[in-house]
Amino acid sequence: MSPEWQTVWLTLKLAGITTALLMVIGTPIAWWLARSSHWLRQPVAALVALPLVLPPTVLGFYLLLLMGPEGVVGTLTDTLGLGTLPFTFAGLVVASVLYSLPFTVQPLQNVFSTINERMLEVAATLRASPLDRFFTVVIPLARPGFLTAAVLTFAHTLGEFGVVLMIGGNIPGETRVLSVAIYDHVETLQYGSAHLLAGGMLVFSFLVLLTLYLINGRLNNGNLKS
Amino acid sequence: MKEPGILARFATGFAGFRLDVDLELPGNGVTALFGHSGCGKTTLLRCIAGLQSCAGKLSVNGDVWQDDNTRLPVHKRPLAYVFQETSLFPHLSVNGNLGFGYHRTPVAQRQIHPPQVIDWLGLSHLLDRRPDRLSGGERQRVAIARALLTSPRLLLMDEPLSALDQLSKREILPYLETLRDSLDIPIVYVSHSPAEVARLADYIVMMDQGRVVTRGCLQETLARPDQPFALEEDAAVIVPAVIRERDPQWHLCRAEFEGGSLWLRDDHQPEPGSRVRLQILARDVSIALAANPDQSIQNLLPARVMDIAADQRPGVTTVRLQAGTTSFLSRITSRSAHQLGLSPGMEVCLQIKSVAIVE
Repeated sequence: MSPEWQTVWLTLKLAGITTALLMVIGTPIAWWLARSSHWLRQPVAALVALPLVLPPTVLGFYLLLLMGPEGVVGTLTDTLGLGTLPFTFAGLVVASVLYSLPFTVQPLQNVFSTINERMLEVAATLRASPLDRFFTVVIPLARPGFLTAAVLTFAHTLGEFGVVLMIGGNIPGETRVLSVAIYDHVETLQYGSAHLLAGGMLVFSFLVLLTLYLINGRLNNGNLKS
Repeated sequence: MKEPGILARFATGFAGFRLDVDLELPGNGVTALFGHSGCGKTTLLRCIAGLQSCAGKLSVNGDVWQDDNTRLPVHKRPLAYVFQETSLFPHLSVNGNLGFGYHRTPVAQRQIHPPQVIDWLGLSHLLDRRPDRLSGGERQRVAIARALLTSPRLLLMDEPLSALDQLSKREILPYLETLRDSLDIPIVYVSHSPAEVARLADYIVMMDQGRVVTRGCLQETLARPDQPFALEEDAAVIVPAVIRERDPQWHLCRAEFEGGSLWLRDDHQPEPGSRVRLQILARDVSIALAANPDQSIQNLLPARVMDIAADQRPGVTTVRLQAGTTSFLSRITSRSAHQLGLSPGMEVCLQIKSVAIVE
């Protein structure tokens, strides 16, 4: 595999794994934020939204300290025999999950709060247990929200730069992602290679968003009729 | 030992409202929870379903659903609930909606099956439709069918007709009558419509401000002259009867009840032998001391005065009379009651100006 393709593949892999993990982690958080009236709700919502406003380097800096050999997480992973996470692909995944968390949680929270409580009551009177209700009523009704969340998370992870640079560096095949590669090419005045990656990314991102809007438009039209 | 019937005792309070009931309801037939909006009838129904948590005890035909130690969650209670407004799952077809509860009911407990319900509620041509392509009445029929397919041991209905227009109501009522007559389970029906209650209920519980004011079998309760629920102009008795003959010449038919028979207009053209519920408004019943056939009113019945009660409105008296074993109410002016010298036990003649078949 050429180094360019290796970078593209690594970036897609990172975005894919991050999206998959966030769908699992973000869904319960979003459900809780949408339904709970616990006093911790606002603090948790603020915490989840932090990556939206923090410079990525700040997030990366603290993650580097935490996951490094001296940090709490680093000590833990070291004792577990996992080594330390910075400058590894696993470290990038952890950082991306935190960095993209709001892009998963917020669309899901929005769609969950629009789901009529009555639908869940109906399902309960039809013998569906809480988990059953979630999978057979909430998820189908929240489909547009899941689609938006997945696409935004994926696209946002594709473009991450600051966090990667802080904790992942630039190791080809391990932590070297698209945005870092483009930066490198520009630094070394290889504008042709930079164009190829940057242009490819531009077209890809546009196509992803276009697909999202088309599908959501269709889903919403379907819902409007009811 | 299985105790038949529904025993429900609930006490709960929230946001300035208190529900405090201790009820024993029959284990079959239709019980109407009746009262003005805000009287707590829906809250009581939700407590029975377990949709609302409230302290209390509940057992249904011998099975304990809730007491001090246990409280079955909603999905473990073998009940069906029909909500006031449309509650079909928008992401499923009619067929998918019908199957939702059916597939979650253990095979051994399934007693009601799709073909039966589709037939009862006339759904065969709708099965592939999406809920957004159904009329209001059709949606509610699907919702009722979906609920029944869990083979419930108790059917709860929260004003299932109130969100519908008159035409859809008239379309659904016969289906509800079919259910009442075909199902062998208790139905608790919340309503604020005297007409629906008169047509469907066997037993009635009247509620006000979170408490039960009166309860009893429909006929006896409606025939009480001292009803706490002032129906005033609408006070009426319901008399079950059987159509015996039709007279095409005068466009009349004769309905026989326990203690006599009445002639009524043959508008519905019921078949002789069919069972009907007659509604007789108290204001359409007058009293004479002796039968006088020389008058326009044709329905004259010998009857006995049972109770006399002053109405909430001044100058009006409500009299309960019995013809055979059937009770009638008559609303007359207090002056007439005084001039006739009415007193309990007196033999009089009832003059009934108009009789209607309940629909």
